[in-house]
Amino acid sequence: MTTSRPADDLRKDDKRDEPKGNGGPAGAIANWVDERTGAAKGARFLMKKVFPDHWSFMLGEIAMYSLIILLLTGTFLTFWFVPSMGETVYNGSYVPLKGVQMSEAFKSTVNISMDVRGGLLIRQIHHWAALLFLVSIMLHMARVFFTGAFRKPREINWIIGLLLFMLAMVEGFAGYSLPDDLLSGTGIRAAEGFMLSIPVIGSYVASLVFGGGFPGEAIIPRLFTVHVLLLPAIIVGLFTAHIILVMVHKHTQYPGPGRTNKNVVGFPLMPVYTAKAGGFFFIVFGVTALISGLVTINPIWMYGPYEPTMVTAGSQPDWYMGFADGALRLLPGRLEFTLLEHTFVFNVFIGAILLIPLMWTAMGIYPFLEKWVTGDNEEHHLLDRPRNAPTRTGIGMAFFVFYFVLFFAAGNDLMAIKLHLSINDITWAFRILTFLGPVMAFWITKRLCLSLQRRDRDLVLHGRETGRIIRTAEGRFFEAHEPLNRYQRWPLVSFASHAPVSLPAGIDRNGVRRRKAAADKMRVRLSHFFFNDRIEPVTPAELEAAHHHDEPVREEIDHTVEEARRLEGDDFGGKLHGGAEELSSSSAYGHPDQR
Amino acid sequence: MTIDQPRNDKDGAVSSHDGHSEVATRDGAPAQFENPGLPPHVHRAGDHDEKAAKRSERQVAALFTMSMLGTVLFIVSYFAISADDVVTLPLIGPMKALHAALGTTLAMSLLGIGLGAVHWAKTLMSDEEVVEERHTLRSPDEARDGALKILEEGAESAQLKRRPLVKYTLGASMGLFALPLGLQLVGSLGPLRRSKVVGDLQTTLWDSKLPNGKPRRLMRDPDNTPIRLSDVTLGSVFHVLPEGIDEAAHPQNEKVKASVILVSLEESVIKSAREKAWGIGGVVAYSKICTHVGCPVGLYEQQTHHLLCPCHQSTFDMTDDCKVVFGPAGHPLPQLKISVDTEGYIVADQGFKEPVGPSFWERS
Repeated sequence: MTTSRPADDLRKDDKRDEPKGNGGPAGAIANWVDERTGAAKGARFLMKKVFPDHWSFMLGEIAMYSLIILLLTGTFLTFWFVPSMGETVYNGSYVPLKGVQMSEAFKSTVNISMDVRGGLLIRQIHHWAALLFLVSIMLHMARVFFTGAFRKPREINWIIGLLLFMLAMVEGFAGYSLPDDLLSGTGIRAAEGFMLSIPVIGSYVASLVFGGGFPGEAIIPRLFTVHVLLLPAIIVGLFTAHIILVMVHKHTQYPGPGRTNKNVVGFPLMPVYTAKAGGFFFIVFGVTALISGLVTINPIWMYGPYEPTMVTAGSQPDWYMGFADGALRLLPGRLEFTLLEHTFVFNVFIGAILLIPLMWTAMGIYPFLEKWVTGDNEEHHLLDRPRNAPTRTGIGMAFFVFYFVLFFAAGNDLMAIKLHLSINDITWAFRILTFLGPVMAFWITKRLCLSLQRRDRDLVLHGRETGRIIRTAEGRFFEAHEPLNRYQRWPLVSFASHAPVSLPAGIDRNGVRRRKAAADKMRVRLSHFFFNDRIEPVTPAELEAAHHHDEPVREEIDHTVEEARRLEGDDFGGKLHGGAEELSSSSAYGHPDQR
Repeated sequence: MTIDQPRNDKDGAVSSHDGHSEVATRDGAPAQFENPGLPPHVHRAGDHDEKAAKRSERQVAALFTMSMLGTVLFIVSYFAISADDVVTLPLIGPMKALHAALGTTLAMSLLGIGLGAVHWAKTLMSDEEVVEERHTLRSPDEARDGALKILEEGAESAQLKRRPLVKYTLGASMGLFALPLGLQLVGSLGPLRRSKVVGDLQTTLWDSKLPNGKPRRLMRDPDNTPIRLSDVTLGSVFHVLPEGIDEAAHPQNEKVKASVILVSLEESVIKSAREKAWGIGGVVAYSKICTHVGCPVGLYEQQTHHLLCPCHQSTFDMTDDCKVVFGPAGHPLPQLKISVDTEGYIVADQGFKEPVGPSFWERS
């Protein structure tokens, strides 16, 4: 080995990869890592990332944190849970079940609840977090829908979200079926009935899932694999894609002064959102732990092990499966019929098998439908206030009402008992509401939105009603209005109002492209359905005209206030210079035009 | 934020404090309002007042300390509280002391960190909003063309176009390779022979006689004792399983199908001739498995002679072949023909004449 080479001279000024000195041991580690991964570039990018602030953006966060809590507590539970339907006899510490024959799965769940120290807490955190997971997913999706956050470029994330929602439901069902208790066993029993209802292949599907007849001995171990491996892997994968897309798209923001379609206004990940979002994880976990420590959920030791011949009154699934259960209760038995020597079990098939894919397809299609109707190909990063998209908001509410009619129908027996009503009447009421409710919800919501838009217009044009009444010298009464400043005004005037499209000229002239013409006609019809009733935002000219209109009144008020000031030295807080309306006998809230 | 006061100008309808006017004149009014930009920043108390900031610091530290306290209490509770101790909490009632203590202390430990961090962020960290620019997601044309070119060149170099045989066989094999795995899974998860699958759904233990050739007696569930006709007093209800069910290959599977409800009605209320004939003087037996999705039809209303399924509220009329009078079930509960053997016990002469439980494609 030579100690001096010619090249050494050239290198003598090179820097050695030693720590830079400042930063201490942490800096040294960071340096070590970065020289091997180049992580600083990504870290800089991430830490600078800006997130806008709004309470409704936390709903998705809750879902994310619930998922983490579920993964954590679920892993704990696998250390004690025995996914087996092998028959055994209970001999643990819970006296009422001593000597009872049960499956290994049930016995181990009772052991987790009774004999593992803190096991019940982990089990309950797991169950509560699952309920919270589904609630937050649903509310998050409602936020995304009603604010139009699903629009370009976020359609893919909307679809991923839908898939996550559906998988989370299945995951939840698989999870609460694992203990093999009486309630969940009844649920699996019903699930077998659902599978049997599938035309042509139903019997075979059930045979495959259960490894033969119900209950067999395969279903719990199979559900266990699905619940702890298959679905979590898919959910975590989709969730990761979901979050990466949020990073790529940058978060949407609500309209406001300084916020545009071209920027994000908010706080950087470092330090504000690290603290806020990180802290929020602990808050979600803490609240879940508190609820789980104080409120019992799914006390399987009280239900007892599954017995195919037994059932309890008031059997219901976890809340997120309620709507499908409700649909099953509403579908009349005459939908089961025999045709060509085969039995069509549509009274079950529609509610248990078709409903969820149909609803999810409708939700998945919506962004594309709206895009087709509006013909809007722009990227949208500013959210809509729900009132500014009345038809969309109406459709969303109709969907919600449909969902909740079915959801509450799953409690028809409990309602009948608590309210002392006939279950038949309640069921019929729900049947009617299933169709009537969404229509009413659509109409009412749309009208409310339009009214709110008109109110916004009024607010912009004539200012806020101060509740301050002024009497002029000749005895006329006015209510002083306080105008909005430009920051307050901006969110109310900055929305886009789509006009309905009309038939493109020349389509019918050729008479050749019939199909395209039909599609165009459809689009025009839908466009009218969406945008015929609409309120335009106030334009500067309109505002000016309104002020011009209010001018004489304002002068009169100013004059009165001047007088008052002169006479009594009252300065009225200096807030009386806006527009005003005369309180005439006809209407105190009337438009000044009617004066 | 303070409210800007518009001046009472004659021409400019609205103008704000800083003299910036959006609506200059009536004639030159623009079509849309202009985004006024971020409103002036409003400072918090702690930004200038060191005392307020100090107070926030103490609050944050107190919350973090609360977390530590919670952690310590959790550990103490874990070791100190007996598993048998019961504590009665207001509004909640009696519950296991260990569970309640672990839950609340864990919550304390977690909430202390969470609330402390959020309070820290809201009171001490900068609340000056930052603006980040967005860029269109679409790649520049150059990048797109480049990607396309690489693809084309790759396809060219692989001779994808020139050698269609490779292309088509690759496509076909890729389309088919999942079949073996799929076949293994689907083929082996459960039996698929029609005679097994459908046969299993169509038969119950009642169809077969006991090994000694005698018909199966109706046994009380869960006592597993036979029922004398004389035990079945008017209005009584028995939950029934077939004799010898514990000797079956899969007792649970058999229970699901063979479960029966035995009820004694006044013969005069029975409307159906077949129902009378298949019973014994008003004592009738029906499948207890709901024809909707298979829950046990557990609720018998003595007044109306209705059987109600607690799962989805299908209601069956016991006096009329157990026809569906309300709810989602699609067909009546099958009746089990019963008689009395030489020793006076109720037995089933034959199995059900139709499949029990939920409907399926091959049912009819």
